[in-house]
Amino acid sequence: MLVKQISVFLENKSGRLAEVTKILGENEINISALSIADTTDFGILRLIVNNPEKAEAALKDNGFTVSCTSVIAIGVSDQPGGLSVALDILDKESIGIEYMYAFVGRPGDEAYVILRVEEPDRAIEVLTKKDIKVLSSSAVYEL
Amino acid sequence: MKFWNPTYECMSREEMTRVQTERLINTVKKIYHNVPFYRDKMQKKGIEPGDIKSIDDLKNLPFTYKQDLRDTYPYGLFAVPLSEIVRIHASSGTTGRQTVVGYTRRDLDTWSEVMARTLTSAGGSKESFIQVAYGYGLFTGGLGTHYGAERIGASVIPISGGNTKRQLQIMKDFGTTLLACTPSYALYLAEEMEEAGIKKEDLKLKSGVFGAEPWSTNMRNEIEERLGIMAIDIYGLSEIIGPGVATECPCKCGLHIQEDHFIPEIIDPVTEEVLPPGTKGELVFSTVTKEGLPLIRYRTRDISSLNYEVCECGRTLVRMSKVTGRSDDMLIIRGVNVFPSQIESVLLEIGETAPHYLLIVDRIENLDSLEVWVEMTPNLFSDEVKRIEDIERKIRKEIESTLGINAKVKLVEPKSIERSEGKAKRVIDKRKL
Repeated sequence: MLVKQISVFLENKSGRLAEVTKILGENEINISALSIADTTDFGILRLIVNNPEKAEAALKDNGFTVSCTSVIAIGVSDQPGGLSVALDILDKESIGIEYMYAFVGRPGDEAYVILRVEEPDRAIEVLTKKDIKVLSSSAVYEL
Repeated sequence: MKFWNPTYECMSREEMTRVQTERLINTVKKIYHNVPFYRDKMQKKGIEPGDIKSIDDLKNLPFTYKQDLRDTYPYGLFAVPLSEIVRIHASSGTTGRQTVVGYTRRDLDTWSEVMARTLTSAGGSKESFIQVAYGYGLFTGGLGTHYGAERIGASVIPISGGNTKRQLQIMKDFGTTLLACTPSYALYLAEEMEEAGIKKEDLKLKSGVFGAEPWSTNMRNEIEERLGIMAIDIYGLSEIIGPGVATECPCKCGLHIQEDHFIPEIIDPVTEEVLPPGTKGELVFSTVTKEGLPLIRYRTRDISSLNYEVCECGRTLVRMSKVTGRSDDMLIIRGVNVFPSQIESVLLEIGETAPHYLLIVDRIENLDSLEVWVEMTPNLFSDEVKRIEDIERKIRKEIESTLGINAKVKLVEPKSIERSEGKAKRVIDKRKL
């Protein structure tokens, strides 16, 4: 159920993001979700792609610092309070969230959220138990 | 008072040579018999104390390098029993690599004397209020200036470095007439003063002695204009004694070396040949009155030249030109000596592999700034911002604790720091000195 996320170190200078997307495009890698954490001097680009291994290798070959992290992806109903139910479960279980980002699925009635949590395996367990839809990695890569 | 000690400051060349010769012969005898390091060095060169008959023989003596002080850390080059040492100072550096200097009671007396000459030369007298804004402590700047100021009978304000608001308040309220600090700090004070709405006319400041870092003529003009004072360049290094080795006079055309205590030479740093007066080269000093730590032909790595013409001020003491650079890669940042290798060892301790880094030194609003660029490595990288910021913080803290200066640490992408064949370019110094 764990999804592989690719993180890329980027200096805050123009053209760096374009360079990453160009490399991915040339390698026929499709991006399903992304987020950027930025500070004054640098940013961390986090990507969910259809082929994480290939993406990691392609970016490393082009001199980027890349790391691969396990995250989880959940589906929540795209309506007020949808996300709150899931986060409440994690909170009650004292599972900390390092960061998260959301994106909307294709049919439009479901929103997907990528969560980077302290204990991903236990998070999956408690969420599944409470009927929160946790997406399989293959499902996520195909989005 | 124009001179503190006209006997020496205005001595004829002939007489000075006689004084230097006599003192050099004594010093060489002392180090040969009391410092095994020098005895070995001299024996290897086949020289005995008796071979040194005049200052012309100075060129035959071995050099002393900063590394020698490190290799014999902490007291290996001291020439007296440690019970005779009454003061110890040390220069900044990573642990075990700092240089330690020791003074006997007479050395402190000599130091007070040369600083008294320095302060007198800058217009100081017993009527003066001298604000010593050099750091007190292991650094020689604060206490060296302090003792000289007491020697001339001035009222000493030992405020030490930092706390700019308080510096200004005291300068105004206590009626400071002479300021001692680094030139960049003097400019910073000027700026803060304008900010605080204090006019130079509100102050009694007349002059300042500024040293411990290189500064340009433009910077002097700016300090003089903004503070309404005469700005005097002073030169010194802890290995020789601290501040007080040389000072400008009001003519501001070279720094008079207190050569009855410290004999200068200019050498070619590569061939080590002595160069004639007027030629630029590396400044080398032999101390001829020091007891605790007498050094012979100490390689300062500072680039300067010597001028033996008698100065308009009346002093006959030889003048060295403003230091224009270094013959090694040492940087002086806010008065602190920094070798790129020190930063490298900090980075090596943090990461697991040899890092690629670049030091960017600049002068922003008259204060030196140091930016350390470090290339990101897979070891250091994390998908979490706080982890990366922790690394930056850790590097910054390590640099601060080993070097004593604040640096801005910036992590950059791999391979973004220029690689060069042979010697890596580690430093970009944007300061216009």
